[in-house]
Amino acid sequence: MTIQHRYDPHRKWEPRQPGTGGGKTSAMIASLAAEGYDAVPAPFGHALVEEAKKNDRIVGLTADLAKYTDLHVFAKAFPDRFYQMGMAEQVMVSAAAGMAREGFIPFATTYAVFASRRAYDFIAMAIAEEYLPVKIVCALPGLTTGYGPSHQATEDLAIFRGLPNLTIVDPCDAIDVAEAVPAITAHPGPVYMRLLRGNVPSVIHKHCPDYRFELGKAKLLRDGTDALIISSGFMTMRALDAAVAMEKDGTSVAVLHCPTIKPLDTRTILAEAGKGGRLIVTAENHTVVGGLGEAVASTLLTNGVTPQFRMIGLPDQFLDAGALPSLHDRYGISTEAIIRQVRGWL
Amino acid sequence: MQHERSAATLSNTSLARRAWEIRRKAVRMGEVQGQGYVGQALGVADVLAVSYFHALNYRPADPEWEGRDRFLLSIGHYAIALYSALIEAGILPEAELETYGADDSRLPMSGMAAYTPGMEITGGSLGQGLGIGVGMAMGLKAKKNPAFVYNLMSDGELGEGSTWEAAMAAAHHKLSNLICIVDFNDQQADGKSTETLSAEPVHDKWAAFGWHVQRVDGNDIDALVAAFDTARNLADDRPRAIVCDTVMCKGVPFLEAREITHFVRVEADEWQKALSVLDETKPE
Repeated sequence: MTIQHRYDPHRKWEPRQPGTGGGKTSAMIASLAAEGYDAVPAPFGHALVEEAKKNDRIVGLTADLAKYTDLHVFAKAFPDRFYQMGMAEQVMVSAAAGMAREGFIPFATTYAVFASRRAYDFIAMAIAEEYLPVKIVCALPGLTTGYGPSHQATEDLAIFRGLPNLTIVDPCDAIDVAEAVPAITAHPGPVYMRLLRGNVPSVIHKHCPDYRFELGKAKLLRDGTDALIISSGFMTMRALDAAVAMEKDGTSVAVLHCPTIKPLDTRTILAEAGKGGRLIVTAENHTVVGGLGEAVASTLLTNGVTPQFRMIGLPDQFLDAGALPSLHDRYGISTEAIIRQVRGWL
Repeated sequence: MQHERSAATLSNTSLARRAWEIRRKAVRMGEVQGQGYVGQALGVADVLAVSYFHALNYRPADPEWEGRDRFLLSIGHYAIALYSALIEAGILPEAELETYGADDSRLPMSGMAAYTPGMEITGGSLGQGLGIGVGMAMGLKAKKNPAFVYNLMSDGELGEGSTWEAAMAAAHHKLSNLICIVDFNDQQADGKSTETLSAEPVHDKWAAFGWHVQRVDGNDIDALVAAFDTARNLADDRPRAIVCDTVMCKGVPFLEAREITHFVRVEADEWQKALSVLDETKPE
């Protein structure tokens, strides 16, 4: 049953029968469940500590979410370089801009909803307009909590893609997160990075042992002849799992991982999509409005590449509360849902 | 740290004369475009004169000098006033005054860091300057740099929630190197600020947020000098606010008497008239 997010003073309330609903709501701070993969604890926090040992310009700021963005690891290692800004995202972002002006490389953390919705003007004018090296790192991207729209950042990529000067990263797993930290530190400008926190699965190396994260680069993780899935974030894990499962019944699916959403690696995308003869599917943990799918579609069309093209992503609506596995299946971003959709299109 | 002074500030030119020069330059810039926030510039000229020719450390030839006091213009539309002060301070050449607001000018209507030497931040999205100032003050303390951060904001910006987030943060982090100047001209886009969204009692609000507060006549140079000296020399670790009550269009009585609005109306032939009025009151 999907909730209608529309004010109606005459709405009819229907009581639910206990025991009829399925699923178990995971805590908001839960790690992403990933069967069959090893988990790495707090990869962002530990990678930032390692980077900060080498680079004394790094400072950390948070808006009362150090524990839930793994920044507490950094705070413990470098208490003098950690700034607790309290539940005040606007001043956290502005202060990060001010510290960057004074020569520091601030990592500012909160949830993706609060950075994108509440602090946007400050990110736009205090940080992006001056190309300051502030790294905004945000937990709970897309549909990674069952708490409902207040915490589900289903449109953060759409919001930030429109902002000039900003680099956007959507990592897949613990390796991506850890390797992205030195990469975005070295990048001279501002970055928005979606964060997977807590116990984060290590996914890509199981499929592709030589994989390295490179800022701005899409990487072909496996080849295939029937379909090519272009994905980012944990949807690359889903795409890989779907590809392995579909291989068993003779469907050959390639996966192109695209962890940098902006600037998009258009050269690799055009080279892969331009080979022809394959269904092209984008897969993202984000609304189908304004994210990876539309970015790829625009790239293909404006370059005269017109394969059969489909998008997997969240619908253009406020999503339900509930248990994450149920919600992923309901909204078409579970492994099974990907298999179902790709089979239907082939 | 040695108190740096430009050759200009070492001269015997009076602060009243500096304020007069700032006013005159602002009116000349207004005449170039036939418009501009000249009412605000005339009102805040005394505050800027005391800032740039009494309080601030800076090197006119090196606006990025690490030891400088940082002066943030949160109110981007006051750029016409700050350009005048920067010209008077020798940071900008006076000839560029004629380019104000023109295509490819370094002096756009709303102040931006990317355009103008001496313009520390991009203001204009009101309510951002103080938060940036918090970060700069934290950064200076982390570097053990004794410079001050000054943030010039307006009474209208007291309506922005982000101002009070920043005020809380400044007190919590004990930013004794942060001085916030509030230009209280009781005017914002839709009318008097006290009737639009009143921030009174302003003194009590800042004090309740943990700041040392002074409220002074912002067109009284002696009072401003005393307030800036107190703010700089205070021994405790509170951030410091100076609320300056100013009169829009100060120094040009026929504009002062006009129905004051956010964007004061000046007819084409009145720019020269305003300059004449100023010329009659030129201080030594």
